[in-house]
Amino acid sequence: MAGDLQFEKPLIELQNKILELRKFTEEKGIDFTDEIEKLEEKARQLQKEIYGNLTPWQRVQIARHPERPTTLDYIKHICTDFLELHGDRVFGDDPAIVGGIAKLDGQPITVIGHQKGKDTKDNIARNFGMPHPEGYRKALRLMHQADKFNRPILCLINTPGAYPGIAAEERGQSEAIARNLLEMAALSVPVICIVTGEGGSGGALALGIGNRILMLENSFYSVISPEGAAALLWKDSSLAQRAAEHMKITAKDLKELGVVDGVIPEPFGGAHKDIGRQAQLMKEAILVHLKELKGKGAAELKKERYDKFAAMGQYTTLINN
Amino acid sequence: MLKDIFYKRKKYATIASPIPKDPVSAGEKKEIPEGLMVKCSQCGAIAYTKELEKNFKVCPSCGHHFPMNAFERVHATLDEGHFFEFDSDMISVDPLSFPDYLDKVEKDMEKTNLNEAVLTGEGTIMGHPVVIGVMDSRFRMGSMGSVVGEKIFRAIERAIEKKYPFVLFSASGGARMQEGVLSLMQMAKTSAGLAKLHEERGLFISIMTNPTTGGVSASFASLGDYNLAEPGALIGFAGRRIIEQTIRQELPKDFQTAEFLLQHGQLDQVVHRKEMRNVLGKILDIHSVRGQI
Repeated sequence: MAGDLQFEKPLIELQNKILELRKFTEEKGIDFTDEIEKLEEKARQLQKEIYGNLTPWQRVQIARHPERPTTLDYIKHICTDFLELHGDRVFGDDPAIVGGIAKLDGQPITVIGHQKGKDTKDNIARNFGMPHPEGYRKALRLMHQADKFNRPILCLINTPGAYPGIAAEERGQSEAIARNLLEMAALSVPVICIVTGEGGSGGALALGIGNRILMLENSFYSVISPEGAAALLWKDSSLAQRAAEHMKITAKDLKELGVVDGVIPEPFGGAHKDIGRQAQLMKEAILVHLKELKGKGAAELKKERYDKFAAMGQYTTLINN
Repeated sequence: MLKDIFYKRKKYATIASPIPKDPVSAGEKKEIPEGLMVKCSQCGAIAYTKELEKNFKVCPSCGHHFPMNAFERVHATLDEGHFFEFDSDMISVDPLSFPDYLDKVEKDMEKTNLNEAVLTGEGTIMGHPVVIGVMDSRFRMGSMGSVVGEKIFRAIERAIEKKYPFVLFSASGGARMQEGVLSLMQMAKTSAGLAKLHEERGLFISIMTNPTTGGVSASFASLGDYNLAEPGALIGFAGRRIIEQTIRQELPKDFQTAEFLLQHGQLDQVVHRKEMRNVLGKILDIHSVRGQI
């Protein structure tokens, strides 16, 4: 597979060997069943060893994996009757953010998410999932629509960050992100946000003000990319690995910091190894949380969201210190 | 311990601290070098330090706005003697166990005589009561961590409670890296506060000063009912270097200046520092009477 990661190599080699032996057994009629079983046991062990103890940097690599499922992949697996809706009604349509209406378990829902490409050409069209202001404004338009028609909102977050470019600045990248933060806080419908891959700073947060914030096991959420942090700290972006270990950016870290409500497990090796299974796990989590939020009125949903973000942060006072 | 290096008064006075008579000495280490004369970083003209201070720290030759510290800003904006500080005893912790972080914070506390990168409180502008926040770029480049977020959030809540307008001078490089994702969440927290203020029909005037970038520009600073800025202030989301690296071309000189933003429809006005108090007074005055239809 083209997308194998360095730390997976021993396992992939072993799996290839098993395949070879199987082929041999079939073609030559020599019985290798015992050997195969032994090797398979070894592979299971190795799998546990490698995937059971992923370092933050390894998770970053999985989160950025070129085959990592995208928002549209998840929509296809999780929802039915999806209808994509385009444009911010002001300037244009940003392909780096997709959104639309759909049904989830028969119930109407609005789904919005960052969209990365599947290959180089697609990625260029999608601007690698880095939105311009019109992307955030489209997202906000769809959220207001959901609010009007009393539909819950699902936001799928996966972006390296908001695009740093001339046009983005001219059209108010800052204002677009800020506006979403304010308006999302005021929505009167349930909002569930899931970080599915990269949670790149403000560009991710602009879809991230929810009643529930969940993360996939191998996703990360960070104020600055590990490369950016390394460049600032040690003037060397190749030290990203070290920065990743320091910065508490994994799903588990964020759960401990009280920033996210839950972690959705991934299949061994990451979401891309089994999209169907991953989508199933996500759908189950979404339904559980939607059920909890169902029946809460607009005021309660708003208050819960407000209190949730009001409580974020750590500080002390001179007297307590 | 931290409290030992902090000046004693604050141990007791946690709510009210009167505005210092001499804002320059309160800011302790001055942006302008010590001495009689100062050279403008823009035009190179030499001016008397005293002259410059009288001129709101604006270069008499070219109009360049020198940085103002939080105390100077409060002094220049509020009516004399009307300032009560909030949360002056709140200090940072080190949630990520980040190397040297608290040492740096302590040093900046000493240097600036502030507990964090924002000073908040209440006072009056031309007789109109306001809740005010002033960021100080000398403190960790004005970056926003948990304390800055919480202080601004509480200031907004006070403004809601007292039905006072909220006025905020931003000066910040963005979110504070050393507190990681908690800094990022302060953008959400302050914006949620403003959402509530907005719902209560409270007034928020945002003034962006040099620099207002990154996570601060992409949260509360851009959310004013009135967005004002000082001339020449650097305002933007992404850093100039990052944009240049991304697009592989040099940016025009005026890119991301207040004037650039005004031209692109992102600001209501660029206001000269000398006029700032008058403009604020005018807005506050118009808002002091509920509009009648």
